[in-house]
Amino acid sequence: MDKPVTLITGTRKGIGEYLARHYAERGHRVVGCSRRQPEWELDYYVHHMLDVTDEPAVKRLFSWIRKEYGRLDNLVNNAGIASMNHSLLTPVSTLNKVLDTNVVGTFLFCREAAKLMKKHSYGRVVNFTSVAVPLKLAGEAAYVASKSAVQSLTEVLAQEYAEFGITVNSLGPTPVDTDLIRAVPGEKIDALVDRQAIKRRGKYADVANVVDFYLRPESEFITGQKLFLGGV
Amino acid sequence: MKEKLIEMIMEVAEELNAEQEIELGQELQVDTPLFGEGGLLDSMGLVSLIIAVEQAIEERMDAQVSLADEKALSQANSPYRSIGSLAEYAANELTSQVDG
Repeated sequence: MDKPVTLITGTRKGIGEYLARHYAERGHRVVGCSRRQPEWELDYYVHHMLDVTDEPAVKRLFSWIRKEYGRLDNLVNNAGIASMNHSLLTPVSTLNKVLDTNVVGTFLFCREAAKLMKKHSYGRVVNFTSVAVPLKLAGEAAYVASKSAVQSLTEVLAQEYAEFGITVNSLGPTPVDTDLIRAVPGEKIDALVDRQAIKRRGKYADVANVVDFYLRPESEFITGQKLFLGGV
Repeated sequence: MKEKLIEMIMEVAEELNAEQEIELGQELQVDTPLFGEGGLLDSMGLVSLIIAVEQAIEERMDAQVSLADEKALSQANSPYRSIGSLAEYAANELTSQVDG
């Protein structure tokens, strides 16, 4: 097989950057995107600056992938934002922003990816949920609602795309030290970690390990599933 | 424009047929029923055709159109009745882009 083409969203920093490096090192041709330009460069990596909710821009990205590579093997919908606030203090504009990036962005990338992937009857899509969903985390109503939607979206798309040889699964990390949780007080994170079976913060490598598993060609019989780290 | 689109849609349909993504089973005419009563395509066949036509328009005409948005789906006369009606709908979308 040719080098797989892997698209990862939200690659400027954090888990996305780690995954971009991880797959570029493993011989994938990696395409990444984020709203701003990353401060790093990488062989076998091409960056596109876009907002994942901007439909025309997302369509242009996929059209570029189609012209450049003629195919797409893997999509990792990592881009996401959080809003940690009591619902009584959450403006609708915040809710809309969280839903837009996490749900609309994921949907848009899944849809465009599937159009490309179905040509070769092969595809792997990995979406990001969060342990905040099963833990029903107070103070994260908007974020948890958006990630619940991602889980449902994953389950339904798995049904719709199965006939095209495309699997769609989701992964729910525990708190990993990234910008997403930077604003959350340390004791809140500790309390959250305390509800996991394995009581430590997540590492980038923990996330990559699950993504590796979902992306393997041998995982063709696994779809519509969700996996939470840390024993949640 | 419409003639060009009819030709393109026919080509795309033949390609999909060759790739066994859809099954035409007969030679295509402008008024061959595509979808709906007596239509050639089932719903997934229609999905495949629409995606392929959108991609062909993008590649060959360097334009982006959506042939399955709410507007298309809510037309009193479905644009998916025949190749002719689909071409006409696409032509209108392309023209309104230029004008708009």
